[in-house]
Amino acid sequence: VLHSQISSIEKQATTATGCPLLIRCKNFQVIQLVIPQERDCHDVYISLIRLARPVKYEELYCFSFNPKLDKEEREQGWKLVDLNEEYNRMGIPNNYWQISDVNRDYGVCDSYPTEVYVPKSATAHIIVGSSKFRSRRRFPALSYYCKDNNASICRSSQPLSGFSARCLEDEQMLQAIRKANPGSDFIYVVDTRPKLNAMANRAAGKGYENEDNYSNIKFQFIGIENIHVMRNSLQKMLEVCELKSPSMSDFLWGLENSGWLKHIKAIMDAGIFIAKAVAEEGVSVLVHCSDGWDRTAQVCSVASLLLDPYYRTMKGFMVLIEKDWVSFGHKFNHRYGNLDGDPKEISPVIDQFIECVWQLMEQFPCAFEFNERFLIHIQHHIYSCQFGNFLCNSQKERRELKIQERTYSLWAHLWKNRCDYLNPLYRSDHSQTQGTLHPQMAPCNFLYKFWSGMYNRFEKGLHPRQSVTDYLMAVKEETQQLEEELEVLGERLANLQKSQLNDNKVKSKQQDRSKQLGLSTSNNSLANTPQEYSNDLKSFPSRSPSQGDEEDSALILTQDNLKSSDPDLSANSDQESGVEDLSCRSPSGGGCLPSEDSGKDSDEAVFLAV
Amino acid sequence: RFVGSLGTIIIKCKDLRIIQLDIPGMEECLNIASSIEALSTLDSVTLMYPFFYRPMFEIVEDGWRSFLPDQEFELLSSVTDEWRLSCINKEFSVCPSYPPVVIVPKSIDDEALRKIAMFRHGSRFPVLSYYHKKNGMVMMRSSQPLTGTNGRRCKEDEKLINATLRPGKRGYIIDTRSLNIAQQARAKGGGFEQEAHYPQWRRIHKCIERFNILQESLIKLVEACNDQSHNMDRWLSKLEASNWLTHIKEILTAACLAAQCIDREGASVLVHGTEGTDSTLQVTSLAQIILDPRCRTIHGFESLVVREWLQAGHPFQQRCAQSAYSNSKQKWEAPVFLLFLDCVWQILRQFPCSFEFNEQFLIMLFEHAYASQFGTFLGNNENERSKLKLPQKTMSLWSWVNRSEELSKFQNPLFEANSLVIWPSVAPQSLQLWEGVFLRWNRPSKFLDEAHEEMINIIKYNKELQAKVNALRRQLAEMETDDRMQENL
Repeated sequence: VLHSQISSIEKQATTATGCPLLIRCKNFQVIQLVIPQERDCHDVYISLIRLARPVKYEELYCFSFNPKLDKEEREQGWKLVDLNEEYNRMGIPNNYWQISDVNRDYGVCDSYPTEVYVPKSATAHIIVGSSKFRSRRRFPALSYYCKDNNASICRSSQPLSGFSARCLEDEQMLQAIRKANPGSDFIYVVDTRPKLNAMANRAAGKGYENEDNYSNIKFQFIGIENIHVMRNSLQKMLEVCELKSPSMSDFLWGLENSGWLKHIKAIMDAGIFIAKAVAEEGVSVLVHCSDGWDRTAQVCSVASLLLDPYYRTMKGFMVLIEKDWVSFGHKFNHRYGNLDGDPKEISPVIDQFIECVWQLMEQFPCAFEFNERFLIHIQHHIYSCQFGNFLCNSQKERRELKIQERTYSLWAHLWKNRCDYLNPLYRSDHSQTQGTLHPQMAPCNFLYKFWSGMYNRFEKGLHPRQSVTDYLMAVKEETQQLEEELEVLGERLANLQKSQLNDNKVKSKQQDRSKQLGLSTSNNSLANTPQEYSNDLKSFPSRSPSQGDEEDSALILTQDNLKSSDPDLSANSDQESGVEDLSCRSPSGGGCLPSEDSGKDSDEAVFLAV
Repeated sequence: RFVGSLGTIIIKCKDLRIIQLDIPGMEECLNIASSIEALSTLDSVTLMYPFFYRPMFEIVEDGWRSFLPDQEFELLSSVTDEWRLSCINKEFSVCPSYPPVVIVPKSIDDEALRKIAMFRHGSRFPVLSYYHKKNGMVMMRSSQPLTGTNGRRCKEDEKLINATLRPGKRGYIIDTRSLNIAQQARAKGGGFEQEAHYPQWRRIHKCIERFNILQESLIKLVEACNDQSHNMDRWLSKLEASNWLTHIKEILTAACLAAQCIDREGASVLVHGTEGTDSTLQVTSLAQIILDPRCRTIHGFESLVVREWLQAGHPFQQRCAQSAYSNSKQKWEAPVFLLFLDCVWQILRQFPCSFEFNEQFLIMLFEHAYASQFGTFLGNNENERSKLKLPQKTMSLWSWVNRSEELSKFQNPLFEANSLVIWPSVAPQSLQLWEGVFLRWNRPSKFLDEAHEEMINIIKYNKELQAKVNALRRQLAEMETDDRMQENL
């Protein structure tokens, strides 16, 4: 029961008895197929390779995916997230900020959207001038505006400063941003790269802002590594996840060596820094990295998430991704390898952002309207190409392809199923859902944890067997039913009291009543039995054939050994080493093995694989 | 609990908290420091707080009498008659670390037990630890057999453990030492069961570390958790270097293995290490948590702690003397019980709805095992406790805990009785640092507490509604029957 062919990223054919085919998926699933005939296997391999690396957008699943919605529903779906509405929500346009149409035909910057928000005092001349002084012409534009104190987050790419170049318009642009926040006499310019990388860029005529040339800026480096480092880091971490029955040390060492959590922390720290500047100091911030579409997107969106509770709602989170990632030209196609392309362009940039959100959810369990499943499904669909949202590298490309007319929007799909994605602990009037989140900053490394729900997503055996979220959701659902029933019962009681005075109509009403009562009772008792609750847990893994064999053989072997209990010492040491081989994961990395009767009994790990 | 200098006193507590007192005046400071020092390192047990503590609450039930072996045996005899209660150890004359009464196979008389006691380290002969009602298989525990280098044997010992096997069935002996260490033990008179003499048993070695290594591990872990300076890299490598989670994994794995032998293989199990007072108890008690839903209730868990730790003679006084901050070398100090609680927490985390108690309950037990106003965890075994007259002179922890005001703090709102065997995952990805204990004093817990409160409220509201609906339904039903009666009239 395989998923969309596009998700398979890597295949390693090694021949042994039979012909195993290892398929790694972008959503961290690992599938092992064993095909008896080598030739068949090769055919499968070749065709999978071709299918996994489409060369044209038209080959992607979203162009053939049809959820049986009519045209109107599809259009409605695309309208769910509207960025103009979002800027209006922030209070823009206003006295300081306005919408600019300089990029109407993508004439100034082809990776920016047509509608960009800029300071009112920034004329078209300044914008165009500034864009010429920035990598890929990505001039400073508004990402987030805080209407309480006028502080804002703007984003751009690096300036083409080299060792000494200046640009008057760019300097004016930054001035304009500062002036748009009358409460503050300087702005922060945050370069999210390590200082060394930024300095190296100067040799290529790029670089960073010189504090002497720009009046009233405070310049700050935040060392987030580049996409290549991140790609390798993820690769290393996934290798650890795939280890067959690793020891605790293997796992912790591997995790540490991958550096993954360190990178996550760096991104979080950057977000926290910016959120603090905006919320506490009331200072505007300009964020950039090299091109301003990877690290900048991560950092701006983390900061927005911390600052504004709206982005922690389901709808708000969709808006946030649409704003900071989709519209500002994050290169989804290149980063997530939707089409066959340069493997060096691939990097888990948005994955890291999604993980940052998860880390925050762990620290603030009541602050988010959505749950972990929501994040996992978004991550899944960024790679699945089932919906058109994340196709291409820019708005321009998407418009040219007429994405909105030819494909469906993920947001509508998620919104339709929003009940599945609710965090039962979320309450819009809870203190954690108000205002800015303040995660602990300094030495709290232990706050960042390995996310097995994502990276070992398909090894269900590794995860808690009972989900608190699902349980609470069931309780809440039941509560809702009870509330309704209470109302119905109350009404009926009132009616009954009335009807007792009014004897004529009693008979017919009563029948009706008892019928309804019976129905609701059965609903209710059902929701309350442990059976229904354990059904909630039915997300047990569908077992692959190789896993099934594993469990049986383990048990059979144990019995074999029972028969041959040798008094002889050498045999003992054999047994010893056999037992040391003890594992709870199958060789295919399949996690704990589900027992046949998972309805009757919980899953069982094979603790004794001799 | 050790003390710094120069106007500030740093108190490091057994519950891993660090308190800093700034005291003006050098002399006062030194005085306070030395009296804290003196008070925290009392020589005599009878000077300790439990002997002076006067409870400020009404005692509903005497905790010293809450968990008597007779009650446990009564439960057992309702399902099987193959076991008997033996009073052989009444005066602690046979085995000083065993309780006065123990459960042994019916077919083995006291005379044989005496002989077996001579054959087992510290006289800890095999006794019943757990009876699996589902298939009648049992788990026994003991200490190592004293085979020595010349392969001594003891017919009665063989007879006793064979008495627990069904005809034609085999059993497993789980030795909590590596084969190597077990072999080395022979030189000192110890050893393991030879296949030749125990042909119906298969021996499995599952190495669980000994106490001094565990103590080192705890000290390293706590150091890592308190280190405020390190960056991300060093945190993970320090966590790794402490080996704490490795120990957790080993212990859980051994316990799962024992449970698997009993439930899945339908075999009886004998567990022992060297003395049978540490790793043995970790394995037998965790296996029961996995197998027996009763042990996942509050009362059942208390009973488990009493049976498998206190009565079974885990030397609490030696093991839980100074906790992690001790700078003097404590030879017998070891976080054996804390590791057990940590393992329970790991299972609780994986099965958040199957336990009647919550994390706070486990933390409370951890605190009281190390320092308490109650006498429950004083002494090293029942023998010492009776000599100290603890039941007469001190208050039992259970008397305090088992009152509804206290119990409500320890109840898990998510609990739904689960009669199944619960198989935890022991993969590294599934095991986590127990932050509730180790990061308790240096992580912000406000938001997590809020979440917990929210959870309780959701469930409480649900229960209230249920009650309301039920009341209304009843009222309706009554009115309707009234109605009908009127109609019939």
